[in-house]
Amino acid sequence: MSKRLDAMIGWIDARFPLTANWRAHLSEYYAPKNFNFWYYFGSLAMLVLVNQLLTGIFLTMNYKPDASMAFASVEYIMRDVNYGWIIRYMHSTGASMFFVVVYLHMFRGMMYGSYRKPRELLWVIGMGIFFVLMMLAFTGYILPWGQMSYWGAQVIISMIGAIPVIGQTLSNWILGDFMLSDAALNRFFAYHVVTLPGLLVVLVVVHILALHEVGSNNPDGIEIKANKDPVTHIPVDGIPFHPYYSVKDIFGVVVFLIVFTGIIFFMPEMGGYFLEYNNFIPANTLQTPDHIAPVWYFTPYYSMLRAVTVNFLWIDAKLWGIVLMGGSVAIFALLPWLDRSPVKSIRYKGPIFKFALTLFVISVLVLGWLGTKSPTPLYTLLAQIFTVIYFAFFILMPWYSKIDKTKPEPTRVR
Amino acid sequence: MVKFFYEFFWKSKSENGTANMADIEKKEGMNSRRRFLLAATSVAGGIATVAVATPFVMSMMPSERAKAAGAPVEVDISKVEPGMLLLVEWRGKVVWVLNRTQDMLATLPKLDNQVADPKSEKDQQPKYAQNETRSIKPAVLVVEGVCTHLGCSPVFRKDVAPADLGPDWLGGFFCPCHGSKFDLAGRVYKAVPAPTNLVVPPHMYLSDTRLLVGSDKESA
Repeated sequence: MSKRLDAMIGWIDARFPLTANWRAHLSEYYAPKNFNFWYYFGSLAMLVLVNQLLTGIFLTMNYKPDASMAFASVEYIMRDVNYGWIIRYMHSTGASMFFVVVYLHMFRGMMYGSYRKPRELLWVIGMGIFFVLMMLAFTGYILPWGQMSYWGAQVIISMIGAIPVIGQTLSNWILGDFMLSDAALNRFFAYHVVTLPGLLVVLVVVHILALHEVGSNNPDGIEIKANKDPVTHIPVDGIPFHPYYSVKDIFGVVVFLIVFTGIIFFMPEMGGYFLEYNNFIPANTLQTPDHIAPVWYFTPYYSMLRAVTVNFLWIDAKLWGIVLMGGSVAIFALLPWLDRSPVKSIRYKGPIFKFALTLFVISVLVLGWLGTKSPTPLYTLLAQIFTVIYFAFFILMPWYSKIDKTKPEPTRVR
Repeated sequence: MVKFFYEFFWKSKSENGTANMADIEKKEGMNSRRRFLLAATSVAGGIATVAVATPFVMSMMPSERAKAAGAPVEVDISKVEPGMLLLVEWRGKVVWVLNRTQDMLATLPKLDNQVADPKSEKDQQPKYAQNETRSIKPAVLVVEGVCTHLGCSPVFRKDVAPADLGPDWLGGFFCPCHGSKFDLAGRVYKAVPAPTNLVVPPHMYLSDTRLLVGSDKESA
């Protein structure tokens, strides 16, 4: 049997680099031996991606991208399609869990300096993935055509209309109409099921190729490739991804699936955070719900959008809000060039960076919480304060990362 | 950018260091005929790319059907009691018809120093609504119920000094999305996210109680 198998693989290898790729990316891809808990989230993000692609295909079989039928077709999936409810809850819970694992994955990179040279491009590609993911979440949220779908989209599309000069034409071009209507729903469906997933898969492949070119960072933030065995040329602190990390990741998958299925079966709406209650009401173009808030993963940016209430320079408050919201996402891509610390990992960085990162996480959490609340003068003031802290973390980084007291990096991983 | 492509396609060598385009040029000579053909092909290819992209890009603009929609709407306002708000749909947007009481109208001058554009100087209304009450008939306000910030529909809050809006609130419209405030003439308060007053759509009275939204004498 094994002889036959060898012959078959030999036949393929003569025509396609199967074994070579298996080695390059799995059995002979050497990853640092000191990966910890924080290194689960890359592979978990891929697991969730597969979940979204698979459940998404089955949802399209019964969903209708038509403003007069969309809401009812989602309810049809939930009530009448065999196991439709579980497929939809897998998809809706998957959307939120995608952001959970991606945010933790990004935080890992911020802690251990995974964006630093030579991984700048890897980080930027990752930010591209994050952007596509947000577009997917936005277009996907419109599809049920409930009250939150409609008014959430209305707010985002109005932002495009606020761009000077070309805004109105651009918004008509995006909507295919002079207001949010059936035409927009139909095309957002096309983006959500074809364009964006395709783009996402390509970017994920590029992300992994870039990772395997430069090699993984690790909690010590030192380069394992700098210390190779003189004979084998294998990094002395590296272990093959397969079987060591494939097995570790399977353990992570099992734990993740316990949480994931727990949410699907017991609290798929997550108290209104994963699926908002107002979205169980069909879209009404004449009335905005009394309380509108985006899904939890967008609330920090939403807080910043509405934090700006004063006109500044020659630009009015509305446009500033939009600029800040876009900037708060885009500024992540500049991290590789903002961090001037001589060391990568938080383990060897000084107290200023630790303080700054803690403050940053607090500001994201507070902004996220404020984004779910109705605006009051006090909340707006808080949002303004924490928006300043959020941006200060990035803008002041070239200075505070330079003067920070760092510890020397070890030569070997711990 | 041009330099990058030139380097990439013309100068980059293959792995074993053999022929690249520049080498071929050196060996075989770049005569004017070859140069001309190269430029002509590039230009033709560029034009073809734009031509092919055109139908796809233009197909996303509003269709003829979408353009044809949006006819004016006729509204009977005889049943709109003082203090009552009527919602009318025009071009997929909500238009408010508010019959203001004397008390409501009396609040407007008091707010002149709290609103951003008290005299309606910005072009958010037809000429005939550029007055103190922002309306043709002083009592009847006709505005688009679309917040000028990001398009939510504000909530009509005629209660005076409610707990959430503070003791200075004299009645008006409050946007639940981002907290913008408008008075009973659709004038925007200072220091809120919305930049301008609510839009007054073109409208006219066909008779004392019949209102036409979406068209006025000038354009009719």
